Amino acid sequence: KMVTRAVAALSRFTIRARCILFAARSHVNCEIKGDVAVIRISDPNSKVNTLSLQMQKEMTEVMDEVWGNSAIKCVVMISSKPGCFIAGADINMIQACKSTEEVTRLSQEGQKIFEKIEKSPKPIVAAINGSCLGGGLEFAIACQYRVATKSKTTVLGTPEVMLGLLPGAGGTQRLPKMIGLPNAFDMMLTGRNIRADKAKKMGLVHQLVDTLGPGLKSPEERTIEYLEEVAIDCARGIVNKKLALTKEMNMMQKIQDHVMSYSFVQNRIYSTVEKKVLKQTKGLYPAPMKIIECVKAGMEQGPDAGYLAESQNFGKLAMTPESKALVGLYHGQVACKKNRFGVPEKEVKTLAILGAGLIGAGIAQVTVEKSINTILKDITEEALNQGQHQVYKGLNDKTKKKSITSFERDSILSNLTGQLDYSGFEKADMVIEAVFEDLAIKHKVLKEVEAVIPPNCVFASNTAALAIKDIAAASKRPEKVVGMHYFSPVDKMQLLEIITTDKTSKDTTASAVALGLKQGKVVIVVGDGPGFYTTRCLAPMLAEAVRVLQEGVDPKKLDSLTTGFGFPVGAATLADKLGIDVAAHMAENLGKAFGSRFGGGNLELLKTMVAKGFKGRKSGKGFYVYQSGLKDINPELKEIVESYNMMPTPAVSSDSDVQYRLISRFVNEAVLCLQEGILTNPVEGDIGAVFGLGFPPFLGGPFRFVDNFGADKLVEKMKTFEEVFGNQFTPCQLLLDHAKDPSRKFHRLIH
Amino acid sequence: RAEWAWPVKKTLSKTGVKNIVLVDGVRTPFLQSGTTYADLMPHDLARTALQGLLNRTGIPKDAVDYIIYGTVIQEVKTSNVAREAALGAGFSDRIPAHTVTMACISSNQAMTTAVGMIAAGQCDAVVAGGVEFMSDVPIRHSRKMRKTMLSLNKAKTLGARLALLGSIRPAHLAPELPAVAEFSTEETMGHSADRLAAAFGVSRREQDEYALRSHSLAKRAQDEGLLSDVVGFKVPGKDIVSKDNGIRPSSMEQMAKLKPAFVKPHGTVTAANSSYLTDGASAVLIMSEEKALALGYKPKAYLRDFVYVSQDPKDQLLLGPSYATPKVLERSGLKLADIDVFEFHEAFAGQILSNLKAMDSDWFAKTYMGRTSKVGSPPLDKFNLWGGSLSLGHPFGATGCRLVTTVAHRLKKEGGQYGLVAACAAGGQGHAMVIEAYPQ
Repeated sequence: KMVTRAVAALSRFTIRARCILFAARSHVNCEIKGDVAVIRISDPNSKVNTLSLQMQKEMTEVMDEVWGNSAIKCVVMISSKPGCFIAGADINMIQACKSTEEVTRLSQEGQKIFEKIEKSPKPIVAAINGSCLGGGLEFAIACQYRVATKSKTTVLGTPEVMLGLLPGAGGTQRLPKMIGLPNAFDMMLTGRNIRADKAKKMGLVHQLVDTLGPGLKSPEERTIEYLEEVAIDCARGIVNKKLALTKEMNMMQKIQDHVMSYSFVQNRIYSTVEKKVLKQTKGLYPAPMKIIECVKAGMEQGPDAGYLAESQNFGKLAMTPESKALVGLYHGQVACKKNRFGVPEKEVKTLAILGAGLIGAGIAQVTVEKSINTILKDITEEALNQGQHQVYKGLNDKTKKKSITSFERDSILSNLTGQLDYSGFEKADMVIEAVFEDLAIKHKVLKEVEAVIPPNCVFASNTAALAIKDIAAASKRPEKVVGMHYFSPVDKMQLLEIITTDKTSKDTTASAVALGLKQGKVVIVVGDGPGFYTTRCLAPMLAEAVRVLQEGVDPKKLDSLTTGFGFPVGAATLADKLGIDVAAHMAENLGKAFGSRFGGGNLELLKTMVAKGFKGRKSGKGFYVYQSGLKDINPELKEIVESYNMMPTPAVSSDSDVQYRLISRFVNEAVLCLQEGILTNPVEGDIGAVFGLGFPPFLGGPFRFVDNFGADKLVEKMKTFEEVFGNQFTPCQLLLDHAKDPSRKFHRLIH
Repeated sequence: RAEWAWPVKKTLSKTGVKNIVLVDGVRTPFLQSGTTYADLMPHDLARTALQGLLNRTGIPKDAVDYIIYGTVIQEVKTSNVAREAALGAGFSDRIPAHTVTMACISSNQAMTTAVGMIAAGQCDAVVAGGVEFMSDVPIRHSRKMRKTMLSLNKAKTLGARLALLGSIRPAHLAPELPAVAEFSTEETMGHSADRLAAAFGVSRREQDEYALRSHSLAKRAQDEGLLSDVVGFKVPGKDIVSKDNGIRPSSMEQMAKLKPAFVKPHGTVTAANSSYLTDGASAVLIMSEEKALALGYKPKAYLRDFVYVSQDPKDQLLLGPSYATPKVLERSGLKLADIDVFEFHEAFAGQILSNLKAMDSDWFAKTYMGRTSKVGSPPLDKFNLWGGSLSLGHPFGATGCRLVTTVAHRLKKEGGQYGLVAACAAGGQGHAMVIEAYPQ
């Protein structure tokens, strides 16, 4: 016994001694297994690996050792973190740069490292498990061979475009050669994630490895080990010439490759892609065009020109306000995925939803998907049937897309109970009501529900406009009442706006946020007041849109003005989607609350439309007529609009004026929300506007917009409008403060 | 004093629980599908096993109270194959019969159903068995085609019929083939076995060695005449079949040449280290001890405790034996070391070796089975000594009875007292049973 203990102590000592020897390297570790060097990557300070300066430095050192060691014949590159190969470059590293040249240098250093990897005389196999994105993907495609696990977490992609950047470490040059122009453009211009099986089909990876279940180690750990074993076999196979590096192509691919080699075919692709990009971005996003430019440079003028174009454009893009705004949104989104109210006392295990309409059923879908027991209650069998069908359809569409199996769909659905009564509510941890937007009805259900739920159950109201404190007035326990404003369609829209009253307890808020995050939402928490934050910003803009229509601008023109400014959906289309009745209801309520500031367009116009049955998309007619997938201007609209005709004032009616009239009312209201304390911080304001209302992402949200555009310039514009239209354009005090002092910014300055 | 020197193991008989015995068991030779049995139907094989049992035991044709058969892939014409086989085997038409299905433990389920009926006092003598016929499987028209054909039945006018016929497209004609795949996960069993072997770090070499062992032991058992449960079968229009035909001891070199069958190119499960598609049937006669003695039989073994288990059909599809073994031992108050004879169903060499490793792992026992410690790995010198499903063949529905009969025969031959049967099954299920030798 003594002896074994001594031996154990000794071996522990030697292990520790070895650790000290390599202590200088914290991110990259190299184990030599015979003739194979296994390089394992793991950032000790983060859940994910990024290509930080430290990582690059250590990687360069290790690779130099590997190339210098004649006993090593090949290399396996693998991450020891479950769920992440390399998630990308370190964004902070790019943000820390002060000039275009500095970022270009970063890009060139990256290019150099990957060039050495690509030209390595010893084959390097990238063993990919988990996210392989951005710089991580560029690293992987510089390697000679790629093996990836079939894990659901394994995704490959170039998301740089979503940050207003481009793949700046050789991606724009290697990808087109590897997977062909169309696929490469698709990846780089959309930034979408490619799953492992698709990546194999595209030729992005050579071999797939199954994920493993329980064995003598945890499935995650053993899967990585298995991946490493297979990758080592591949590496040796390449050295022994048993494994060919050229991809196997079928006849179709060969023909395709041949056709693509003609320059006129390539040119055709460039022009098609350029046209498509321009149509989609309205020229507001510089990154996609730069990506095309880099690919073109490489294909037409050779690698040197291509790599140079890539690094220079990368530098330029990183300094654009668009990129900074998008990076800001990224950080904001990360912040809104955390619960700043702490862990709630009780986790929601059973959720009851009242109202099986679009929103109610949508909430049910995103809840059952997280294995939470969900009761969906309505008052008629017809409504319930429709709601349950919506949940089924939402999940079945995922099955059709093969993102879940039919069994997963069925087992997810088993968490859903549809019913017409209150049975089972005694076990509910939270109730979300999504009934009609009418205070009397909301009071009625609140009382009914409070009679059956347990004392610790949270009551959440899904409303777009009614004040939560008014709803809570009927409650016996207002500290348990909170607002949860979901956006339609719930399974697609990322935002959840949570509204707290003075009486809402911190634990109630924590519980609502925790559920929202579990449902996969980006959550903002705002104070109570008419329209809260999002609806309150939207209402003045829509009021202005109605005025613009009254001034004789047709819905199509209105839409093109708003989308031309960067909104994904035009104002008229948005109103149709929202429902003209809902918009009228909202405008009326908020008009009462805020008075003439919310005026502008004539509310009667909307009301007349509703009276004629033009309730928007859902009724087939609104500003547009929707027929068999097509939409055209509602021919009967003209007559209504003409009866509310207004003479435009030429001085404030140019296209640009109209755009700024719309946007400035939105932005001013957002800033006022911050001033009044409805918003806690500008970050949530930006996230709410972009993810809930489609505020142009490249502007980064209303607050980032003010910072970049200049509060003084905005105030100046508003004052001209104010002279014509009055108090609807009076800038709020906080905006005036910022206009007076240009050093005041809502966001910390990024260089 | 003598007892101190030679401790005799206790009997597992429990007060208040009826002693139930295996009188005897037989099976047809197990043949690779597509060979001599190719032109038969499933009930022909089952009938042969039943007749074999009648001949072997000499039991009067009306002394049986009930007949239960297990089968997996059903011939639609004989979905209650137990009844069809019993009628043809000459049993009294007054004996009810039903068919059960539980993937590869279907005949285990048939036997334990019989045990349950006897224990409940409803029956005294039950025949249980299993049959599988892979030479012919139901290949169906596509769903689209079936729908059209069913509508055709209802079409009233010639025009309506012609319109329906005209709607048939080439896509309608693609047939639907049954696959040895999980319906819930769509993964084939071989693929799952390969992943399981990888999860437990079982190498290709280990698997090939185990498969070679199975074939070598089966060959020896066959040559030494130990497989006495096999009854000869005069196949109509063909020769008499009296031996299993899939036993083929090969060499490690030969086996190493095979490419992986499921996970390509780096997998480890090959045709040589997997069980193969097999035709065959088995039958056992189970009675209460009193009834057996009253009829003048000398039973072969007691059928004691049994358990069924189930786990995740994706990642633990074939780990049934690991879960079932400690559970059934606990029920019987035994330790693994008390068992003299082990008969485990060999679906794949990789599956057996993975189970052995799982049973030998404290970590696995604690993490996945909620147990305080491992049950231990059965010693190979007591394990599947007369071959197994890898070599003898594996007619899905029939294997269970072969395992139980083999345990009884081995206990007698080797002089042991306790035997353990364990098996995995599709759906992530498993089974184990403790068998006690009948006193000599």
